Amino acid sequence: MLANYIKTALKVLRRRKFFTFISLFGISFTLVVLMVAVAMLDNVFSPRQPESRFDHVLGVHTVGLYGPHFGMTTNPGYGFINQYVRGLKDVENMSLFTTSSPLTMYHEGRKIDTHLRRTDGAYWQILDFKFLEGGPFTEEDNRNANFVAVITDEMRRTLFNGQSALGRTIELDGQRFRVIGVVPAVAITRNVGFSEVWAPVGTLKTREHEKRMIGDFGAIVLARSPRDFAAIRREFKERLANFVFEDPKNFDRVEAGLDTPFELVARNMIGNQYQGNRVLVLQAILVLMALLFVTLPTMNLVSINLSRILERASEIGVRKAFGASSVTLIGQFVVENVVLTLIGGAIGFVLSVLALSAVARLEIVPFAVFDVNLRIFGYGVLLSAAFGIISGVYPAWRMSRMQPVNALRGGVL
Amino acid sequence: MISLQNINKTYRTDRVETLALQNINLDVAPGEFVSIMGPSGCGKSTLLNLIGLLDAPSDGKLALDGSEVQKWNDTKLASFRNEKLGFVFQSFHLVPDLKVIDNVEIPLLYRRTNGTPRQTLARNALDRVGLASRVHHFPTQLSGGQQQRVAIARAIVGRPRILLADEPTGNLDSAMGEEIMDILHDLNRKDGTTIVMVTHDERFARRTDRIVRLFDGRQVA
Repeated sequence: MLANYIKTALKVLRRRKFFTFISLFGISFTLVVLMVAVAMLDNVFSPRQPESRFDHVLGVHTVGLYGPHFGMTTNPGYGFINQYVRGLKDVENMSLFTTSSPLTMYHEGRKIDTHLRRTDGAYWQILDFKFLEGGPFTEEDNRNANFVAVITDEMRRTLFNGQSALGRTIELDGQRFRVIGVVPAVAITRNVGFSEVWAPVGTLKTREHEKRMIGDFGAIVLARSPRDFAAIRREFKERLANFVFEDPKNFDRVEAGLDTPFELVARNMIGNQYQGNRVLVLQAILVLMALLFVTLPTMNLVSINLSRILERASEIGVRKAFGASSVTLIGQFVVENVVLTLIGGAIGFVLSVLALSAVARLEIVPFAVFDVNLRIFGYGVLLSAAFGIISGVYPAWRMSRMQPVNALRGGVL
Repeated sequence: MISLQNINKTYRTDRVETLALQNINLDVAPGEFVSIMGPSGCGKSTLLNLIGLLDAPSDGKLALDGSEVQKWNDTKLASFRNEKLGFVFQSFHLVPDLKVIDNVEIPLLYRRTNGTPRQTLARNALDRVGLASRVHHFPTQLSGGQQQRVAIARAIVGRPRILLADEPTGNLDSAMGEEIMDILHDLNRKDGTTIVMVTHDERFARRTDRIVRLFDGRQVA
């Protein structure tokens, strides 16, 4: 019987080419957009090289100082991190670094735009860069303010025509650095991992930053286990409760948190001062956007399915007249919709792979790796099947419950 | 074979109540060929639909093949229609997406007859109505007469004991109508199939064993 249902489904799909095209287009297009969006989100939030261990990492990237008249939300300063983040219990390792700043360098008479991040030695222990040449600088390099740098392979290509960069000198921000390591280029979407040149924090021109509470620094802490996140956050909050305000007249409240990458985006989008669950709000916004996006193709699919079922009312009547029970008819329409969805899913999968490779080729997000997330793809197919079944099978079920004579007359749902 | 006692059928909408059939009493013996006649709207098709279990009477007793059918559930009704009844409709009601042979196979699908015997039975039925050469055509590629013959093949492929035909010649010219009547007579005489046929055409009605006449939902002869 199942084989016959599938055979009938394929025959119906072949015969009703326009309906088939519209339905398959709706299913596959929805899946493609879903997959591209998920791949982009995945590229930002999932632990992947050089942030492979970020499921064990929390970061401080935002600090807000607020008072009765005004407030400011910005990056934490070196002093803030040193005083309130360094030395937290249950932390396996901790790193401190500047934001990746855009700057222009001159090399052999050429003007080159690049990004520089200054880090400590622990940065290279927590992040897992795969070195193509040489290796990272150490905490000792940082303490001694050695003028050494790590660059990306893309910078090596730009600066040295792809030849070995080890021992070569580059001039940045009025300082000369010796290249000691080369790593693969990192996508700009990786908040902590991204830069094009890395140098020790110790090479900063002055020491003024060391006491500042706000500035252009960030920090990450590596927990032994994500289970320790709560305890680490609790201790950080306790430390902040004793925050010493430099200007207590204007500022009397501090807001900062140890965030996962997703929590950081939620903090920046929903607001640092928001006291509710930012992650939940951001998730709700994303789900709402996804629902709004899928509503249009879904409504189309529903209306096409409804008109198709009404068109086939007489067929349902005939099948009932010749011995099909309601259950049998529902089975037939479920199979038809599942077959349609699976074909749409297969087309959607191929198109998703093509679309993601096109996005990668166009370098919309340079150096980003976009993968087809099979789990999300599976959810997408299930969602399409659910819509297909609800929109296709529900009217068929209503029709199958009619007296056959009413279905034969064309049926009104 | 078919027994109707005090059958009434009422259609209700929010405002109107229409009495389609009133106090119908009818017995059809096995192997009998009965025609139902009457003006348009007198309840002929309604009566046929009740006999064919395509609709339910409002009250009265309906028995088919010795069993009262009113209390049967959907599955039992479906099974009875599949095994004991065959239908021929005025507007053929062929499934346009399916080829001729697939249309004829429909009743056998619900008997779970396997592929090869199913095809053989369908081809035999088509051969009997003279359409063996059209098995791979789609219904829209056939004339009205040919489509009605496909519909008859579909109705008889499961060798039902009762064949119900609702104006089977209504959409055909008289020559084609005669051909269809010949096929029905052949089924009745050779196979002993009980046939109840609704018709407007007195000539075709006279070729049956008995004429039942309806007027305004009442049985008048």
